[in-house]
Amino acid sequence: MSELMISRMIRQSRTSGLGRRDFLKMSSLGGAALVLGLSADRRNIRAGSVEDMEGSYHLNPYVIIESNGKITLMNPKPDMGQGTFQSVPSLIAEELEVRLEDVTILQTGGEKQYGMQTSGGSFSVRGNYHQLRKVGAAAKEMLIGAAAVSWGVLAPQCHAENARVFHKTSGKSLSYGELAEAASKLSPPQNPTLKHPKDFKILGRNYPRPDVPLKSSGRAVYGIDVEVPGMVYASIEHNPVFGSKLVSYDDSDALKIAGVQKTIRFQRLLGKNKYDAVAVIADNFWAARQGRLALKIKWDNGDLEKFNSVDYAASLRKAAHKAGVVVHHQGDFDKSFAEAPVKIESFYETPIVSHSPMEPMNCVAQWTSDKEVEVWASAQGPDLVQDELSKRLSIPKENIKVHIMFSGGGFGRRLYPDFATQAAQLAKEVGKPVKVVWTREDDTQLGPFRPMTFSAMKAGLSAEGKPVAFQHKVISPSIGATMDEQRDSTGESSDMTEGISTQKYELPNMKNAYVFAEIPVPLAAWRSVTSSTVAFAHECFIDEMAVKAKKDPMDYRLNTLLTKDSDSRRVLDKLRQVSGWEKPLPKGWGRGVAQYEFFAGLAGYVVLVSSHSNSVKIEKVYSVIDLGTVVNPDMTALQIEGATTMALSAATKNGITFKYGQTEQTNFHNNPIVRINEMPPVEVHILANGGPTIKGVGEPGIPPFAPALANAVFAATGKRIRKLPFDLNKI
Amino acid sequence: MATIHLTVNNKPYTLDVDPQMPLLWAIRDVIGLKGTKFGCGMSLCGACTVHFDGVAMRSCTLPVAAAANAKNITTIEGISENIDHAVQKAWIELQVPQCGYCQSGQIMSAVSLLKTNPKPTDADIDGAMMGNLCRCGTYTRIRKAIHRAAELMG
Repeated sequence: MSELMISRMIRQSRTSGLGRRDFLKMSSLGGAALVLGLSADRRNIRAGSVEDMEGSYHLNPYVIIESNGKITLMNPKPDMGQGTFQSVPSLIAEELEVRLEDVTILQTGGEKQYGMQTSGGSFSVRGNYHQLRKVGAAAKEMLIGAAAVSWGVLAPQCHAENARVFHKTSGKSLSYGELAEAASKLSPPQNPTLKHPKDFKILGRNYPRPDVPLKSSGRAVYGIDVEVPGMVYASIEHNPVFGSKLVSYDDSDALKIAGVQKTIRFQRLLGKNKYDAVAVIADNFWAARQGRLALKIKWDNGDLEKFNSVDYAASLRKAAHKAGVVVHHQGDFDKSFAEAPVKIESFYETPIVSHSPMEPMNCVAQWTSDKEVEVWASAQGPDLVQDELSKRLSIPKENIKVHIMFSGGGFGRRLYPDFATQAAQLAKEVGKPVKVVWTREDDTQLGPFRPMTFSAMKAGLSAEGKPVAFQHKVISPSIGATMDEQRDSTGESSDMTEGISTQKYELPNMKNAYVFAEIPVPLAAWRSVTSSTVAFAHECFIDEMAVKAKKDPMDYRLNTLLTKDSDSRRVLDKLRQVSGWEKPLPKGWGRGVAQYEFFAGLAGYVVLVSSHSNSVKIEKVYSVIDLGTVVNPDMTALQIEGATTMALSAATKNGITFKYGQTEQTNFHNNPIVRINEMPPVEVHILANGGPTIKGVGEPGIPPFAPALANAVFAATGKRIRKLPFDLNKI
Repeated sequence: MATIHLTVNNKPYTLDVDPQMPLLWAIRDVIGLKGTKFGCGMSLCGACTVHFDGVAMRSCTLPVAAAANAKNITTIEGISENIDHAVQKAWIELQVPQCGYCQSGQIMSAVSLLKTNPKPTDADIDGAMMGNLCRCGTYTRIRKAIHRAAELMG
């Protein structure tokens, strides 16, 4: 998937809704879709495809009802742990008047009638909120219409509940199964009536998620679990030095290993990058892995081994002196800064990090003819898999059947389906279905990664501490430049400066800029994309301004920087209340605050820490997320707790460093993530006071955490953290 | 290759495999039980946790030949027929999983903990569960669910 497509998706997610689609057009479903739980025969994951349904009626592409009463809802948003398996179908179920526990949920396979089917940008629920409710409501009206006709009564005299239509006065009722055939012959209403939120049974409530029992019993099927008859396994040796050239290899020892069938030389294709690789094909994963260890490969690394994080960081610091591209200018920064009685300048650094989802990259592919391929993938969208494979294999998208499984974590990594291309390429070569499984070392070393991003901050304050000039200059490589042939430098600068010019703070004479740097490693969107790095600089620096102005950081934000009402101000005020901000603290304790608003939504934190000699302990985390409308409050809280954990790992664990051209990190011993004993208590508050915009859930919890934590460390110890990662035990 | 006799979830299996093959891959690829997951291959993440005669063990570094010494290997599939072990009930009641990939291992570790320590403290839980990573950050929920399971088990 091109970086341009991902950028477009992120930009699209900033608007509150998609254009109206003809979602009510009735059409038969093209590709098969799979039940995401195990069928009775665990090896046969083909069971439960939509094409197998006898006597089924499609009221619209999303609602299929069989005469035996079975109801199937199509889910256009893959679930990678953010809850779309429940939240998105619930939009349909609510209006359709069915209970989620009574329906079967199937994932779409990229078919055109479902539009954009990629999960990302925190957009899945808010991007479908109105459309999918209308889908459910329209289908319900067709069912009521069919019942009314059969009883010779008027539709308004009937109502629907729990998959039945009732006629109050006569006491008659019919099930949806009995009505489906007749309903499917009616014209879908163009403007169905939606329920009033006060009548909601599912939306806005902590409705149980149907995937939870599957995930609590080993029954949920992930890409890595898929088996198809005749399948072989591939373990692929890539050189972790990006761009290394494969000179020659000797597979004689590899072939001696029991179960190893053959080796294939090919290339990993990731954006514009082509990386040499050798695949070992075997009967099972272990044999393929052992075969790979026995390969003798001659690589030519050229001078790629010169690349290392220490020198690269130095080069970014040097580049910070460039003016770069101005991305936003209001007023006259240069004059105002020069004339400001008080000046502050600070430099902030954030590292490269890996996504490290618990399920390593993998995919199963099988060619069904020389121009048609079927793919089973843990990926963030069947459509992006189709786009990628269509481009790489030169076959039409209609020839690519994608089965989307549960993803064992995505976080943006599963937006880049290089693993699917590998499976398809190898399956073509081998002539059998191939399952590619990456090891954890592969997953850690091969990226693509979150970019190393530095920020040069400048502010001028009046004698009273009010801001008179402000600059946030971002210095970083760009995701797009490492992936796309076609570089749009305007796109790069806007993607890599996400949110720095659009916070609600009243900052006069603001001039923000972007300095681009090359990098020889592939980069990707990592949960909340650029905001996860630039928010650290932005919100820590706002704190530095407050301190310089001799103001409390919460007071400075609420009363100096945000004099007008706004969502941000309301989030901060709520944080002030729930955290008891004004209450005195014991010596050595401190609170830090941060908020950040960007394409995905808006959230903030107050972090409370206590310090003991050189160590800091996180005592409590308070978070407020502004949603407008909430679909599943419990899942929202879980997502914020999860975002806190992930942001804590990124802020305090070592991250990814390069030496001799490759990552120094390989697995969880040297690329650690937060463990249960390091998890602080998190309190989540949701602001859902209605309003026209619905904000996202998946990503907003990431950007404000690191700055809130660093600000708390300053409050407790007087030590200002400007470089991530930092060690909580070495302040 | 060697002939290995394993008992998994009280069912006997005869496998013709490399004796050094980790139990994890024997369970997943040879026997075909997919609930036990691959996360790291170095016993750092706990996704592969099974019970070796009731004791939690990481199967990704346990050679299948050694696993043959167990009277019974229990996998996630074997802790209940109907997803109704107290730990599973607590997991469902508290809606613990997000992506769910680590949860088989989390549950196996939790079941093992509660066998030896029916009323664990938070510190006991952290100590027993530290080896199970969760990238989605469900840790707080896991702790609550273990307390709840302890309650359900009386």
